[in-house]
This record gives sequence, C-alpha cells and structure tokens, in this order.
Amino acid sequence: MSNSAEHVFPLRSPQHTAGSSAAAATLPLEPPGAAIVDDQALAPSRHTTTEAETRLRRRYAAQRRFKAYGILAIAIAVASLVWLLVTLLANGITAFQQTYLRLDVTLDPALVDPRGDRSEASIRDGDFGAVVREALRSRFPDVEGRGPLRSLFGLLSEGAQFDVRDKVLADPSLIGTRQKMWVLASTDVDMLRKGFFERTADGGGGGRLNAQQVAWYDALEASGDLELRFNRRFFTNADSREPEMVGILGGVVGSFLTLAVCLVLCFPFGVAAAVYLEEFAPKNWFTDLIEVNINNLAAVPSIIFGLLGLAVFLNFFGMPRSAPLVGGIVLALMSLPTIIIASRAALRAVPPSVREAAYGVGASKMQVVLHHVLPLSMPGMMTGSIIAMAQALGETAPLLMIGMVAFIVGIPQGLTDSATVLPVQIFMWADNPERGFVEKTSAAIIVLLAFLLTMNALAIFLRKRFERRW
Amino acid sequence: MTFSLFLAVLALSGLSYWLGSRQAAAFRANGGRLHSLPSYHGTYLALLSGLPAIFMLLVWISFEEALIRQFVIAGLPDPFGQLHAGELALLMTDVRNMAAGAVPLDVSRPHIIAAVDHYNRLKLISDVMSWVVVLAIGAAGLLLARRKLAPNFRARNSVERIFDVILICSSTLAILTTIGIVLSLVFEALRFFARVHPFDFLFGLTWSPQTAIRAEQVGASGAFGAVPLIVGTLLISVIAMLVAVPVGLMAAIYMSEFMQARVRAVVKPVIEILAGIPTVVYGFFAALTVAPLVRDLGEALGLAVASQSALAAGVVMGIMIIPFVSSLSDDVISAVPQSLREGSYGLGATQAETIRLVLLPAALPGIVASVILAFSRALGETMIVVMAAGLAANLTINPLDAVTTVTVHIAALLVGDQEFDSAKTLSAFGLGLLLFVVTLGLNIIALRVVKKYREQYE
Repeated sequence: MSNSAEHVFPLRSPQHTAGSSAAAATLPLEPPGAAIVDDQALAPSRHTTTEAETRLRRRYAAQRRFKAYGILAIAIAVASLVWLLVTLLANGITAFQQTYLRLDVTLDPALVDPRGDRSEASIRDGDFGAVVREALRSRFPDVEGRGPLRSLFGLLSEGAQFDVRDKVLADPSLIGTRQKMWVLASTDVDMLRKGFFERTADGGGGGRLNAQQVAWYDALEASGDLELRFNRRFFTNADSREPEMVGILGGVVGSFLTLAVCLVLCFPFGVAAAVYLEEFAPKNWFTDLIEVNINNLAAVPSIIFGLLGLAVFLNFFGMPRSAPLVGGIVLALMSLPTIIIASRAALRAVPPSVREAAYGVGASKMQVVLHHVLPLSMPGMMTGSIIAMAQALGETAPLLMIGMVAFIVGIPQGLTDSATVLPVQIFMWADNPERGFVEKTSAAIIVLLAFLLTMNALAIFLRKRFERRW
Repeated sequence: MTFSLFLAVLALSGLSYWLGSRQAAAFRANGGRLHSLPSYHGTYLALLSGLPAIFMLLVWISFEEALIRQFVIAGLPDPFGQLHAGELALLMTDVRNMAAGAVPLDVSRPHIIAAVDHYNRLKLISDVMSWVVVLAIGAAGLLLARRKLAPNFRARNSVERIFDVILICSSTLAILTTIGIVLSLVFEALRFFARVHPFDFLFGLTWSPQTAIRAEQVGASGAFGAVPLIVGTLLISVIAMLVAVPVGLMAAIYMSEFMQARVRAVVKPVIEILAGIPTVVYGFFAALTVAPLVRDLGEALGLAVASQSALAAGVVMGIMIIPFVSSLSDDVISAVPQSLREGSYGLGATQAETIRLVLLPAALPGIVASVILAFSRALGETMIVVMAAGLAANLTINPLDAVTTVTVHIAALLVGDQEFDSAKTLSAFGLGLLLFVVTLGLNIIALRVVKKYREQYE
C-alpha cells in the first residue's frame, strides 16, 4: 500500500530538478522509526494516509503554481521588451529609405544660373523650385488650373529642388542640358509608398492625398519613376519641419559634444573622489556626510538636476541656453555618483597585497595609489564610466529644463552653440502629429539604441578583456 | 578666446615643469643630494603656476557675463535703465545676439546700438584683462615656487599634500551639488511662496497656473493647488508599482531559486536591458502603442477611456521599473544564507514553501527597501508622463481618466519662454522642492528600513 503511494508520488522533493539546490537531501523513503515499531508496520503511517496524499498533492500543485508564476513574470518582462523593440523596428526601419521621383529635368540656364557665370554663388541663387515644378508638369502636361497644379506639386518635397541644385553644384556643365534625376517626394507620397497610408474609398490616400494625386502616384510607379532609395538625408541633416527632410546629425553631434563635456568633467572628479574616499579618507563625520550625499544624489530624480542647471548655471552664472556646455555640466553632476560608486568598487577589487608590496619597497601612500592601485583599477573605472555615459546619453528631462529643446536646423559647431541632443530630438519629433514623423522618431530611437548597445558592448568587452582574478 | 587662454595656462604649466625638473637636475649635477626626484620639483612648479591660474580663469568665466551685463544696463540711457527685470532681460538678449553677430544690428533703436557698442568694448577689455590677470597669476606662482627649489626641498611631500587637497575637493563636489540643489530649489520656492501661501499650494484642489497670471493682476492667486498633481503622480506611480512589484519580485525569485545558472546568465541581462532603455523611448512607446491599445480595449468593454489615460502611462512606467525591483530583490534573496534553505528542506518543506515562509520573511527588509526605491523612481520619472499623460489636472483616482503629474508640470512650466518673476514659472520650483523632499525622504526611509530590520547572519 505504501509502495503504491510512492509510485504515484515519488517522494523526491522537486528541488532536485533545479540546478541551484541539487545538494538538497533526498527525503527518506522510510521513516527511521519504522523498523523499531515493527508490530505497527501494517498500521497506516500518518504520511501515507489518503489525507496525506491529497495534502502532498496540493503542496506539489502549489509548488508548480508558484513556479508557473515565476515563469509568467519573466515571460511578461521579456515579452514587454520584445514588444517594445518590435514596435519600434516595425515603425522605424522604413525611415532608412525614402521615396524619390524620377523626373526629366531641363536645366534652363535662365533659371538655374541667373548671373550666367556658372559660379557657385550664382547657382545658389538659382530658382531650382521652378525647375523641378516644370519638370513634373512636363511629365503630366494635361494638368491645368491652379487647384490641380497645386495638387500635382504636392507630390514634391520642399527638398526636391536641393537634390537638383546639389547635382548642378557638383557639375556645372549640366546647365542647359536635360537630365533624368531622382528628386525627393513629399512625405504623403512616401507614406503611401511605404503602406502607412491606406487608400480610401474615394481613391485618395490616408486622408492627405486626393484621388487625382493617387492616380499620378500610380502612373509614376507604373513607369518605374517612383521608388524607395537610401535616405542619405537622415544621416546628414539636422532638424526640419518636413518629415521627409529631417536628419539626426544635429542631434548626434549635440549629444557627442554634451557627452564629451560630461566625461571630461565627471571622470577626473569622480575618480579623484573615489580614490579619496576609498584610500585616504579617515572615518569621521565629514566622510560619512560625503557618502550619504553620494548615495542620496544617486536617487534624486533627473529633472531636479535640470532645475539646478536652470537656477544656477543659466540664471546665476548667465551661461547660454541650449548649449552643450551647460548640458554637459548638468549631466556630469548627475553621473558623478554612478562613477564614484563604480570606481570605488574597482579600487576595492585591488588586493591589499599589491599595496603592501609597494609600501615594502618604500613607496609613499600617494605613490602606492597613483603608481599601483589606480592603474590596476583603471579598467573597472572605465567600464563604470562608459555605463554612466550610456545613461547620460539617454537622459532627456534635465536637458529640457536648460532649453535644449529648441528647433535647430544647423549642426552645432561648438560648445556654446545652440544644440539639441538625440533623445530630445526624439521627444520633439514624437510631439509632431504628422504620420511621417512617427517613422522618423522610431528610426531615431533605433539609432539611439544602437549607440547605447555599442557603448554597453564596449563596457562588457573592456571588462572581459582586462578583468583580473587575483 | 577662453579656450586659447586655457591652452596658454597649460603651456605655462608645462614650461614650469620643464624649468623645475631642469633646475633639480642641475642641483644634482653640481653634486647636491636631492631629497625628491627632479620630476617632483617639476610637478611642484607646474601645480603652483597652473592651479591658481585655472582657478582665476574659472572665476573670471563665472562672473564676466553678469558684470558686463550690470555695466551695460547701468550705461543705458535713462528711460531704459528703469525697465523691469523681464524687459531688461529681453533687451540684453538682443544686445548679446547682435554683439555676437547672430542677429543683424537693429538700426532703428539707437540705444541698442550704443549698448551693443558698450558691450563689445567691455567684452574686449574683459578679454585682454583676463589674459593679463590669469597669466600674471600663473607667472607669480611660478616665480614664488621657484624660489623654494633647493637640493633638500621636500618637493615630493609638497606635491603629495597638494594632491591630497585636490582629492578632498573632488570628493566634496557631491556635497556642493546637494547644496546647490537645495539652495536653488529653496530660494526660488521661497519667492513662489511669497506669492502663494504654502497652505494653498499643498492643500488647494485646483491647479491652473495659466489663469493665475490674469487673476494675479487683480490680486488673486488661488489656482496653485498642487493636490491634483500629487494625486495624479501617486495614481500613476501606484499603477506602475502594481505592474512592477509582482512581476519583478516573482522574476527575481524564479531567477535566484529555480533557474539554472546558464539560463540565468542570459535572462538576467535581458531583463536588465529594460532599465537601460532611455525613458523618452518608453514615453514614445506609451503614446504611440499602449495608450491607443488601452483605449481600444476599454471601448471594447464599453468603458470610457481618455486617450491619455493614467493606466497606459502607469503600465509602461511599471515595465520600466521591473528591473529595478527584480535586480535589487534578487540581490537580497541571494544574500539569504544557504543554511536557512537547507534547514527548511530538511523539515520537508517544498521549495515554494521555503521561499514563502523562510526566504521572503528573511529578505523582507531588503525587498521593502527596493520597492520604496522603485516607488521614488516612479514619482520622479518625467519623460514617460510628459509624453503619455498630458496636462489635464483632473482630481480623480480613476485610472482610465487623464491625470497629470508633478514632473509633467515642472517640465511644462519651464520649457519655452520663462519669466522669472511670475508665480507661474516659480511654481515649478515649488513643485521641484516638493518632489525633492519626498524622494529624499523615501530614500532615507529605505536606507533606514534596511539598517534597522536587516537580519545579521554573520
């Protein structure tokens, strides 16, 4: 009877299946007292009654439920991550291509070279808008009237003329000839091409294109004069009002300048503070105060650092708004606790024997630290700093406070120029209701995540490459 | 300009190093026994010439703009000198932009042209003076230090003392930051509380800073009641915690108690990626995907859901916070000694029972602390709510309604043009102070909980 019960419930605790507790003892198959109380052997043990079996079954069911909750929790976390990434990829991957139209462009010298000397200044004054419009009009010669013409030109982007102008600037001998050129299409055409706009019942598209425009679109596509090409602008332009013309270069350069300031400020100070606290500081109320401060600063919301930057650096010191310099300082103050904590861990990992050996050959305390301990802990400090920089790269809220949320078409040239950073650029595009911006926002996020991934991979590589086991 | 001066100071420092080490080498060549290596003599000279000069340069940069501004304003012709602060600030921005050549000179306003001229002249004087003063200080440091050089000069000890001071100063930067935060928040908040009574701010039930500017003109300022913002913040944070705590805790338990080390080495970093994703990305995700989904689901169930519901923002924030809860909890659960587990198994408990009845009680202080820290993080989170929660200051606890938070309004009040003497702008600092105090308090409570209730096993 007891055997059959064992058959149904192998009295082995389920922790055997888990690797972490393989050492747990097997439950005894027979109670140790069974041999002694021989005459009671046939009497049912309290571990083998039906109640006990149901109890055991219930306990094991609870165990399985508990594990299922755990798996469910992990599944929810991982699924959220996958959902987030898939959404962004699905929305953003198309932004790396942009719809272009192929037009027969007649480069009328009177329009493109108003001074007639083929100089760069003259070409820059040229009316390439008219050239492009004329080219599109010659493609659909039977369009008449203001309304239909406006619809027709609605297929073109503001940027189409610059495509032609850049070609002419590169090769002025084109002036006066007739060329087939790819020019930028408007965002609505682009959205229709990429399938983000659905065709409506009246023949229009996405509520933005009318039936006539869709008909022209179809004609262009049928003759192969409309296709997706690599979106170079996205990597060479700064912000723009037109979603088909926006680029991330302004944000990337701004982020780079800001992070450079941040790193230059917080790495030396962070390392110095860590060295002092770990190697030199006496144990007294002052160093306790510093430690409490560092721990508390790590938990202060980032937007508070923005308020600090606004009140102290902008209003009190009169530093320029929107400047990478101020952004870098604010981010440096924010990253300081992270770097100090990581650097202290790296210093602590250097074994005392290294210090004692250095003392043994007559080094002073400062020499021990600067010549021996610091070089050995440098990889750990750099890893911590890269991770702190990755955090700073994604930070948005404090930079909003110091005015980095401005519409800036130019690419920042210096530390005090008005600039924006990549995450703030994302924030500003996300605010824009136009459908074309959803795609560009997602693409900018993909670029941002790629940067973060690279930085973290670099940190992991450094750790693996230079990690020392003592 | 400043940068080239900085380079000049560095060059002077380099020169000092060379001079110092050369002189020490000369002592040695003349048969003197040096106390310190020549490089320490050089470093001593470099530090004494470079540090005061760089300090002076920093002071100069900090006060140059403000001083020039004072002088330019003082030099303005009569009617303009008496403008109030906001108009003066605008005027000075114009002057600065024109002086920098960013904006073409406005010839229609003669006083501006005069001011630009004045500005440019002062700027030139300041630039020349800064070179003279900074380099003079550097040279003076060099000369003074050089007189101390001698074969028996304890250069190493002096250099080490200077390094020591540099290290101490660096570590006080954390204190300075805290002081800076507290002072900037408190000063601006006091200016705000001079206009709006703190009691009205903390307990008022309506928040509408926009109307207050009009109302202020007739002396009323009753629209700065922060309660709707506080309730909205709490609502969204509580929703976030309802997502993050069960998921994070169960994930931590499963990872530390059931999962094989090999699988765990993959899953744990994957979950921690969630903490590394910038919050602006979550905000975009919430606004683009989750909020419409919540609304559609609600409508399918026949519920009225606002398009910027608290639920959407809260759920996404919860996803963001999962790794904070799971990492910290994982650490404290792993820290419970193995002997407790084995004792429990020895009594015949299943793993689930061991976790529920032994591990969780033992790890509870740490878990509570991690939940408090995660909650404080949720309170201070900005970008998700800015992008997904909107500005409607509704006083409600219905998660399907649109609410707003303290951080949203700090951001909304300070982005764009500001006037620093209006209660509207200053109220952001009142809100900031509130947020700072609450998050600091939560952080201190979390540390206290850990300290007070931690089981000592060793």
